[in-house]
Amino acid sequence: MSRFEESAPARGGFSYDLCKRNEMLMQKGLKPSSYLKTGTTIVGLVFQDGVILGADTRATEGPIVADKNCEKIHYMAPNIYCCGAGTAADTEAVTDMVSSQLKLHRFHTGRESRVVTALTLLKSHLFSYQGHVSAALVLGGVDVTGPHLHTIYPHGSTDTLPFATMGSGSLAAMAIFESKYREGLTRDEGVKLVAEAICSGIFNDLGSGSNVDVCVITKGKREYLRNYMLPNPRTYVSEKGYSFSKKTEVLLTKITPLRELVEVIEGGDAMEE
Amino acid sequence: MPKQQANWSPYDNNGGTCVAIAGADYCVIAADTRMSTGYSILTRDYSKIIQLADKSVMASSGFQADVRALQKVLAARHLLYQHQHNKQMSCPAMAQLLSNTLYFKRFFPYYSFNVLGGLDSEGKGCVFTYDAVGSYERVGYSAQGSGATLITPFLDNQLKSPSPLLLPAKDAVTPLSEIEAIDLVKTCFASATERDIYTGDKVEMLVLNASGIRREFMELRKD
Repeated sequence: MSRFEESAPARGGFSYDLCKRNEMLMQKGLKPSSYLKTGTTIVGLVFQDGVILGADTRATEGPIVADKNCEKIHYMAPNIYCCGAGTAADTEAVTDMVSSQLKLHRFHTGRESRVVTALTLLKSHLFSYQGHVSAALVLGGVDVTGPHLHTIYPHGSTDTLPFATMGSGSLAAMAIFESKYREGLTRDEGVKLVAEAICSGIFNDLGSGSNVDVCVITKGKREYLRNYMLPNPRTYVSEKGYSFSKKTEVLLTKITPLRELVEVIEGGDAMEE
Repeated sequence: MPKQQANWSPYDNNGGTCVAIAGADYCVIAADTRMSTGYSILTRDYSKIIQLADKSVMASSGFQADVRALQKVLAARHLLYQHQHNKQMSCPAMAQLLSNTLYFKRFFPYYSFNVLGGLDSEGKGCVFTYDAVGSYERVGYSAQGSGATLITPFLDNQLKSPSPLLLPAKDAVTPLSEIEAIDLVKTCFASATERDIYTGDKVEMLVLNASGIRREFMELRKD
């Protein structure tokens, strides 16, 4: 009985009890199981009035597309959004958690949330899990101190940048940014550049695909442009269509009559002690 | 000293999907034209199909360097056959040759997943499907490669093959017309492209029938 209680984590979080045994098994040749990752292209850039975030919409499980149109731009606060790459469960959980913490903080302080607050909450959470929470994030927003854009790595380090890309398609997207980014872009130029960078990831990286999501955040306003571009329609739909005949073959018919329910009433009161 | 693990592999997987369907008097062989490695695309315009004889066409997915080497060996052997016998190899003969060639390298295999299609000596469509080391079988239809697991159940449903245990032995070839079979192949590839990251760009289709060979291309999603 006591052994069960010992192995369960006391307050939640990770239990490292099996690490030694896993090491031993790996040395003996056991291959570790793999995680489900999103394989993604996410980008962010700062333009003259604020921040623009972009993401593709493909979620993969190894070589198979699990979701053709998932949402990778997560809400953190009315003025702050966060793109997530890496293990889908981790990005969802960590952004939801920090979003809730920010809301409580807004009630507590009576002020609009600041991007650096979200940044600090995210980075300290990820650092305390030593990289095991596999979430690579692009955090962007506009607050009283101005527009901000940050990248956060799974181990908890952060960068503050004018333009950033993360995910398996980050190199393809960064190639576009490094060629075409300049300071003081207008909104339309910025959105066009973000869409171009995401398209570069979509077409050149196999882990990214389907559609482009864009989110424009300016002082006092945000526009979440879900499926801003749909550059990948299905190429062929058969006119005649296909049917799947639900033919069931009767192999054997056997009727088993149910036994009659017999009520046993013993003389006397039932259920007495 | 504990057994050393290799830190280098002679193989790579370039992805891709191949399909072949046999009809009463035709055969359709199709393969996508994407060649990839890891998460990157090497080229969008690579042909995985080769015509080995006038009535035999092979499509192969897997490691394209091994596929190329295999194609060269088979082409050379076919040339020798033509010189020795003064005729082209029939499709069943080519099928046997491919099996023997693959098994010859049983202990350092060609990383090549093949499907051979063509017309037999009676003019009926035939499809032979292989594993990497040469085990083969004549079937009515087959899919190989990264999208095979997505396509095969659909073909099983649409082209239900009669059980080989039934007597009298029923033909495995599909009663569908050539146009319907091509429509089916296009649907298979469009669907596989939606869910398999290694399949896409274009599909190359070869149709063999009594009047010769016809080649068709169809665009697929490029993401």
